[in-house]
Amino acid sequence: MSVHEQFAEDLALYAMEALPANSRSSLEQHLNECAVCRRELAQMRGDLALLAISAAGPKPPARAKTRLMEAIGKEPRSERAKPRPQWWAALGWLAAAAMIVVVATLWQQNNRLKSTTAQLASQIDQQKLELADARRAAEVLKAPDMAHFDVLPVSSKNPPPPYGNAIYSRQRAGLIFVAGNLHNLPPQKAYELWLIPKQGAPIPAGVFKPDARGWAMVVSPPLPTGVEAKAFAITVEPEQGSQTPTMPIVMMGAGV
Amino acid sequence: MPEAATNTSLNDAALVASIRSGNQDAMAQLYDRYSSVVYAVALRVLGDAAAAEDVLQEIFLQLWRNPGSFDASRGDLAPWLAVIARNRAVDVLRKQRPQCELNETVVCVEPDLAGEADRARAAEKIRATMREMPTAQRSALEMAYFEGYSHSEIAAKTGEPLGTIKTRIRAGLMLLRRAVEA
Repeated sequence: MSVHEQFAEDLALYAMEALPANSRSSLEQHLNECAVCRRELAQMRGDLALLAISAAGPKPPARAKTRLMEAIGKEPRSERAKPRPQWWAALGWLAAAAMIVVVATLWQQNNRLKSTTAQLASQIDQQKLELADARRAAEVLKAPDMAHFDVLPVSSKNPPPPYGNAIYSRQRAGLIFVAGNLHNLPPQKAYELWLIPKQGAPIPAGVFKPDARGWAMVVSPPLPTGVEAKAFAITVEPEQGSQTPTMPIVMMGAGV
Repeated sequence: MPEAATNTSLNDAALVASIRSGNQDAMAQLYDRYSSVVYAVALRVLGDAAAAEDVLQEIFLQLWRNPGSFDASRGDLAPWLAVIARNRAVDVLRKQRPQCELNETVVCVEPDLAGEADRARAAEKIRATMREMPTAQRSALEMAYFEGYSHSEIAAKTGEPLGTIKTRIRAGLMLLRRAVEA
């Protein structure tokens, strides 16, 4: 009997919260070390959810809704998010992700829109969208059919300079970086983004190459949690990336 | 239809997000969608309409107080609420304090259960599989899941060895999984 088989039957009881305490601790210890059993547990919980859904019966009495709505009317809110306009609530995270990309591009081109971008970014930060929203936003940004649009002043005759916008959450170790108008690089070279912490050495935050139009994006690179960023910087590195930045720094910006 | 299901799923996530900012209309919409699921599970476990209504009230109040406990990236709202309701109802049955906090409960379900039609289809498959299951196996599974008995209590009631009860419960779950995957 394998280790997994030894625990397999206990997993079903554990998923039902029916495993006695004396068996629970050894199983929990095994779960901490065994990804196979963790996956099986998640699947069993799914099986049990289906069993729960299969319960059929009468609808709840109408008074139950009245009672609930009266109760929540008296409840103080524990989460102090500012009320959002209805359109924003309806569009949810998808609008948030789209706004980040679009507004980041506009920000570079126009001071007035810079202000708007800052307000929106601040709003997004204040609302502290849940991790689920962030994950979904990242999925959209990484989608194969994701399209981006640079919006530039119609009257501009000079080629626009390179720009980059980093949106970073220390608590969630989350980063979305969008850059445009980047110069082409020699073969076997790539840009590398660096998180410059308030204390300590620069932390690699993603290697990227711009597309033919000079546009590039880094979404959710692996970063340690809780690092306070002083700035973000970009260097040119070998295309596999580096662990320490190679001078010179070609672009850099502090938080706003 | 996949498209409709996706829209429903997005709307659930958006409604939960709205609850965070105190939107009572969003709460009312979620209640309209899923109160039947929650109430049916609670009633099945408790067999008492007033007690089931109390569980229903408690589950939605907890969602209102702590909407962040639902992680939309890990599954649909309906199965999550169903599991929470079952667990809470079993706690009531056992006259225990809640064993399971909302934010500790992760429910991952393969089929898309965001739409009412999807849920009805999956529920019918489960009910059909339960009907076709050997009586002893169905009974062990129902006693454990809907009646809140421990496997040793089931063994004592049925006179079967503990190991047999454990095996029947797990094998019953595997049958349900295969039925839904088919």
